Amino acid sequence: MTATALSVSDMVVTFDEFVALNHVSLDVREGESFGIVGESGSGKSTLLRAVAGLNVFESGRLTVAGRSYSGAKRDRDFYRTVQMVFQDPYGSLHPRQTVDRLLLEPLAIHGFTDVDVRIARALDEVGLGSGFRFRYSHQLSGGQRQRIAIARALILEPKILLLDEPTSALDASIQAEILNLLEQARRERGLTFVMVSHDLGVISHMCDRLAVMRKGEVVETFAADALEKREFSADYTRQLLVASEGFRRG
Amino acid sequence: MSTLLTVDDLKVSFPTRTGEINAVRGVSFTLGRERLGIVGESGSGKSQTGRAIMGLTPGHAKITAKTLNFDGIDLLHASPRQRRDLRGKRIAMILQDPKYSLNPVMTIGRQIIETLQTHEKVSWKQGRQRALDMLEAVQIRDPERVFDLYPHEVSGGMGQRVMIAMMLVCGPELLIADEPTSALDVTVQLDVLGILDKLVAERGMGLIFVSHDLRLVSSFCDRVIVMYAGRIVEELPSADLASAKHPYTQGLLNCLPRIGSDRHPLPVLERKAEWAQ
Ligand SMILES: Nc1ncnc2c1ncn2[C@@H]1O[C@H](COP(=O)(O)OP(=O)(O)OP(=O)(O)O)[C@@H](O)[C@H]1O
Ligand SMILES: Nc1ncnc2c1ncn2[C@@H]1O[C@H](COP(=O)(O)OP(=O)(O)OP(=O)(O)O)[C@@H](O)[C@H]1O
Ligand SMILES: [Mg+2]
Ligand SMILES: [Mg+2]
Repeated sequence: MTATALSVSDMVVTFDEFVALNHVSLDVREGESFGIVGESGSGKSTLLRAVAGLNVFESGRLTVAGRSYSGAKRDRDFYRTVQMVFQDPYGSLHPRQTVDRLLLEPLAIHGFTDVDVRIARALDEVGLGSGFRFRYSHQLSGGQRQRIAIARALILEPKILLLDEPTSALDASIQAEILNLLEQARRERGLTFVMVSHDLGVISHMCDRLAVMRKGEVVETFAADALEKREFSADYTRQLLVASEGFRRG
Repeated sequence: MSTLLTVDDLKVSFPTRTGEINAVRGVSFTLGRERLGIVGESGSGKSQTGRAIMGLTPGHAKITAKTLNFDGIDLLHASPRQRRDLRGKRIAMILQDPKYSLNPVMTIGRQIIETLQTHEKVSWKQGRQRALDMLEAVQIRDPERVFDLYPHEVSGGMGQRVMIAMMLVCGPELLIADEPTSALDVTVQLDVLGILDKLVAERGMGLIFVSHDLRLVSSFCDRVIVMYAGRIVEELPSADLASAKHPYTQGLLNCLPRIGSDRHPLPVLERKAEWAQ
């Protein structure tokens, strides 16, 4: 039996009176790639943010790599183990910082010394090359920024990556490159992924299992290959699948 | 079909310390009251094309064109005041970065009402009703709650729909939608497209729809422009996208992950230097 990388049980997050996560539970095994899909506003980002310590959760339990966490306190070790790529590449990268600064910062915090090599390699890995190293993030296109965000998460060689819509801002060719890169990193470094996406094609390509969320709750969890065989029960999952086939007029 | 917008040989470049970046290198197209899709490589100049039409090119950039004409108005030589009047009222743009373009310290409802009041004489009460109606139209579940939230308090997809509501509330004749649905789950995505579709069909709005989602573009738009390195490499009716000729377009279609197809790693594009010529 493989160990559990990340376990969430009965997690509750509220904002004033609004219940954003309502007793959510899930277990992600070590080395697994776990997908989360669901309606906009259903709490997917809130769940990842609560794991990463960016939202307080008021009740429930969180265990990551065998250690328990509560509230929003996370130590430095936590961030060596867990890194997050945010949904909104605009908000997460400071616009007036150069790419170099953005990549240097996490390395400096965690005391790495071979920074030049690591930065060059990280830029290479996401297909940007060193020509981008001294650009400001406001000089980058949407997709270029998202790749910097991914490079920044990978540069610390974490064990668990929380990916919030990592490729929804990217065109198909770069999406393919990023997905391949993520898969390769996972294989080579034995990473665990928790990945939010609204693209069922991406989820079925990348994930072993997935959870479907709606209105702050997990409505079902099943193996990704059940998508193809249509072996799931929630109506909402069916709607998602139909909608992913494209727009129909009238 | 009457022409709403003519773009001929549009160029946008940025001087930087390390030389000039040519973001748009001679883009030409016309738009009627229809749905035109723009797809293409990240960094190929899609957003900068939209921004140039909208008059939102950064000040230090160089912008030229043989023609940049909206409904008889020469956009390149219009006065700043004329452009401001057009912007938001007759031409609107849904920016790719919704949160970045919302004011972080003003509630969502207030922002929509203020947008409306810049262009029309409406009371706060009327404005509030129109804002709530618009939020409802873009499928915000709980418009009254969202009306009073600040931008950082809404989810990614909600932020995108708020932007859409804000841009549509004045009833523009030309809408440039830059990745308007990339953060939306597919069911909401279709609802939003349904709204845009209706505006084109019923009000004769012209729509430029920038997206990297080929499935969506081919099922939603009338025509598609494919951009690569600041240029248009191919233009074709959406229905023919599957039989595209340019190797870049073909490559794009081929690298989409699909449910049930087991291709690891996914095929990637081999970019050729001559595509950028
Ligand atoms: N700081 C906050 N204050 C108030 N409400 C919040 C806050 N953060 C999130 N919410 C609410 O929690 C709900 C869930 O938001 P969340 O960002 O987790 O959704 P999501 O599933 O990631 O949606 P999307 O697919 O649109 O990104 C939303 O209704 C949102 O308005
Ligand atoms: N302020 C700026 N200064 C210098 N270069 C810039 C600036 N803004 C954009 N660019 C460059 O212009 C090019 C075109 O950018 P644009 O944002 O139009 O791309 P895009 O096609 O919209 O890409 P994406 O799909 O990633 O959003 C990119 O190479 C980008 O790095
Ligand atoms: Mg989200
Ligand atoms: Mg763009």
